[in-house]
Amino acid sequence: MSAYFGRRYSMSSSHRLHSDELSDEQNRAAYGKCNNPHGHGHNYIIEVLAGGAVDPETGMVVNLAVLDEVVRTRVLDRFDHANLNFDPMFTHDVPTTENLCKAVYKLLEGSLEPAQLAHVRVEETENNFFEYFGEASQAHGGIA
Amino acid sequence: MVFLTRRATFSASHYYWNDSWSAEKNQQVFGRCANRNGHGHNYTLEVTVAGNPDPVTGFVVDLKWLKDVIEQEVLAAYDHRHLNIEVPEFAAKIPTTENMAIAAWQRLEPVIDKVGGATLSRIRMYETPEIFAEYRGEA
Repeated sequence: MSAYFGRRYSMSSSHRLHSDELSDEQNRAAYGKCNNPHGHGHNYIIEVLAGGAVDPETGMVVNLAVLDEVVRTRVLDRFDHANLNFDPMFTHDVPTTENLCKAVYKLLEGSLEPAQLAHVRVEETENNFFEYFGEASQAHGGIA
Repeated sequence: MVFLTRRATFSASHYYWNDSWSAEKNQQVFGRCANRNGHGHNYTLEVTVAGNPDPVTGFVVDLKWLKDVIEQEVLAAYDHRHLNIEVPEFAAKIPTTENMAIAAWQRLEPVIDKVGGATLSRIRMYETPEIFAEYRGEA
């Protein structure tokens, strides 16, 4: 039996959307208020979905305590109460929530063995969220 | 193809325990969930069905019918029950959120698929707003 186990975490981070490839005027046009030179912040929700066989001994895809520890050490300790623009992962990539979602996926990929990372969903506010399934997957909306 | 999801909530108690392990190992793996007196959650069950809207009604399935099926097949057995003690599928299987998602699928699929027009696509079982398991069948 294969199933998925999901967990939602929260973290608070600041960022500024600004691309060095664009002029100041183009940046303001592209990013609006998010281009404010001093940055701004969000309470992000990070949803991590792990997929794999349900271990017959434990009834689990992944142990919650293990998942919590992996996400804490790899993602939350790194990004929570930090300015994303100063993180090396965003030296070249603008810390949009799309890129944050891919960064979180990259930090967690391969770390949940024997389960696999199925998706990362990042909610920037209650009204917008982003999902990344890795490059190999054509899955849409988590519904296979 | 359109996906339609209905939510239902119920409250139940459970504990995690593997009889073939020592008490120490159960404590080590399951932590506080291994307390034999049990603990409880407010669960949210999401049932997603897939199908093409009926040309006459515009429905994938009738939502009231789906609500009744969920209540009869799952809530009647799980709501305000002790899962380990009172629900047959958990007599020999630990009622983890993963196993509960699979069990809810097994209870619902025969009824939903028998009616035709729609097939069960996904079960999500939320143990808390932050913790959930998902099952999409074995295909």
